Amino acid sequence: MSILSRLQQATLALTFTSVSFIALAENTLLNVSYDPTREFYREYNQLFSQYWQKQGHEAPTVRQSHGGSGSQARSVIDGLEADVVTLALAYDVDALRQKADLIPENWQSRLPHNSSPYTSTIVLLVRKGNPKNIHDWNDLARKGVEVITPNPKTSGGARWNYLAAWGYALKQYGSEEKALEFVTQIYKNVPVLDSGARGATNTFVQRQIGDVFIAWENEAFLAVEQLGKGEFEIIVPSVSILAEPPVAIVDKNVDRKGTRKLAEAYLAQLYSDEAQHLAVKHFYRPANPTISNQYKDKFPQLTLFTIDDVFGGWNKAQQTHFNDGGYFDAILSKISK
Amino acid sequence: MGKAVMKSVLPGFGITLGFSVLYLSLLFLLPVAGLFLFTLQMSWADFWVAISHPQVVASYKLSFAASFIGATINAVFGTLVAWVLVRYQFLGKKVVDALVDLPFALPTAVAGIALVTLYSTTGWVGQYLYLWGIKVAYSEIGVVIALTYIGLPFVVRTVQPVLADFSKELEEASASLGASRFTTIRRVILPAVLPALLTGYALAFAKAVGEYGSVIFISGNLPYRTEITPLLIVSKAEQYDYNGAAAIGVVMLAAAFILLLIINSLQWWASKRG
Repeated sequence: MSILSRLQQATLALTFTSVSFIALAENTLLNVSYDPTREFYREYNQLFSQYWQKQGHEAPTVRQSHGGSGSQARSVIDGLEADVVTLALAYDVDALRQKADLIPENWQSRLPHNSSPYTSTIVLLVRKGNPKNIHDWNDLARKGVEVITPNPKTSGGARWNYLAAWGYALKQYGSEEKALEFVTQIYKNVPVLDSGARGATNTFVQRQIGDVFIAWENEAFLAVEQLGKGEFEIIVPSVSILAEPPVAIVDKNVDRKGTRKLAEAYLAQLYSDEAQHLAVKHFYRPANPTISNQYKDKFPQLTLFTIDDVFGGWNKAQQTHFNDGGYFDAILSKISK
Repeated sequence: MGKAVMKSVLPGFGITLGFSVLYLSLLFLLPVAGLFLFTLQMSWADFWVAISHPQVVASYKLSFAASFIGATINAVFGTLVAWVLVRYQFLGKKVVDALVDLPFALPTAVAGIALVTLYSTTGWVGQYLYLWGIKVAYSEIGVVIALTYIGLPFVVRTVQPVLADFSKELEEASASLGASRFTTIRRVILPAVLPALLTGYALAFAKAVGEYGSVIFISGNLPYRTEITPLLIVSKAEQYDYNGAAAIGVVMLAAAFILLLIINSLQWWASKRG
């Protein structure tokens, strides 16, 4: 064989591999998510793969990344090539726009239900038999009750916890000052301030620290059914916050990688009936009201307020409560005295 | 003329120095320069606010005090361990010798989780201490324990070779001249060991000041009380406040540098005296 034809062959092979590489890239998604969605998305990826093949495409490869919502968002901002993000709160998704301009301003209105295909709420988890007699938020402010919740400065989930308690106090006592006082009392009862939600779960479940654990409803169900059967009880407070974990495609990344079509289908299918039922299986509340009605018995009914209603949206809540010099800093310095 | 001749005796001065400078620049100087560059974006007022917030000041106190206590404990008991390992023969000596290195090899997070399992109020050791009213995990004591744990090998491994080189005859001479055991230790052994001990102390201290992984599991991370400075830096970065994080980092760096300088001059003084 002449050298020339060998060279041609090599070039051909090279072209071939690069073509198939591009095809592979176009058929591969990276979903950057937060901690408790691991099991849900593992199953959903199979569901979506079947759907996508039925549409006459090749089977897609979906890769997952999980971690604390805030640090996941930061990884994407710093260059992790996520096609879609499915995070714990809108503030973290919005950071992709504010810090790196990766998504457009209207991102949250591109999909139904504020881009949240599933929701949850914040409930209270206590030990078997409810020895400290906890029934509502005001019991958390009592002397001698130890409360486990992570640091809202670093944990997205903890911000929902904090805001749920604050919303209750506003409703109950009527003023910001009273709410500040009430939430300060709760944080006075916190013996360990973990930096993330999974760490706090471990503190409560494994280390047996604390009397009550403020938790996402789906995490609480998980703890009751899987981590320690019969060791915990869920206490549903009189009011709580509607936690909406939003999803979004990362426009800058999908356009560069040519994965927009696949990514859009991936998120749209989260609203399909099958995916909504799957969300319920993993203890999330489905966004679709018809399906939500079918599971009335599974999820306790309680008054839910939204962050927009009570706090005027995430940006405002973040500024007033969690940024440097906000209410949470005031609470910490009060407790230290 | 001596110097030029010396160089030719040991060839490769240019290439090794060049490599060392490049290596240190890439691995050490560049990140430190980056740290200072970040803070240059801040005004003096912002910088001051970032580094003097009461919560930050409380964390400096804890970090430096706990590191100081941890390194001091290691200086005493690390020297003892080194002494035992050098001077006596016993069953399982090799195992004990290997165990000393464990804090080097074990991922710090694993160490932290192991320590909290042991020392939390429901843990194997912690539950009995709790009966006496001593809360180890999730308190300042927990921070000290974690920092002592990670610092031990530094003292042992610096003191051990010096003790091994120390000839027994000197001790015997001291004894035959009528010195008591205590005098022998104080006047003969300690001066020989002191420079190495100070080096080990400085290393253990420096490591403790920057330690993150093992501490955050056992400290409880309560702001103003059990929050170490490295955690505060991470938490600032999590909030996208890179400048604030860098500012505190610069303070840590400067403080650690000054303290190490003091310890090193002490060591220099001790070795001159020896």
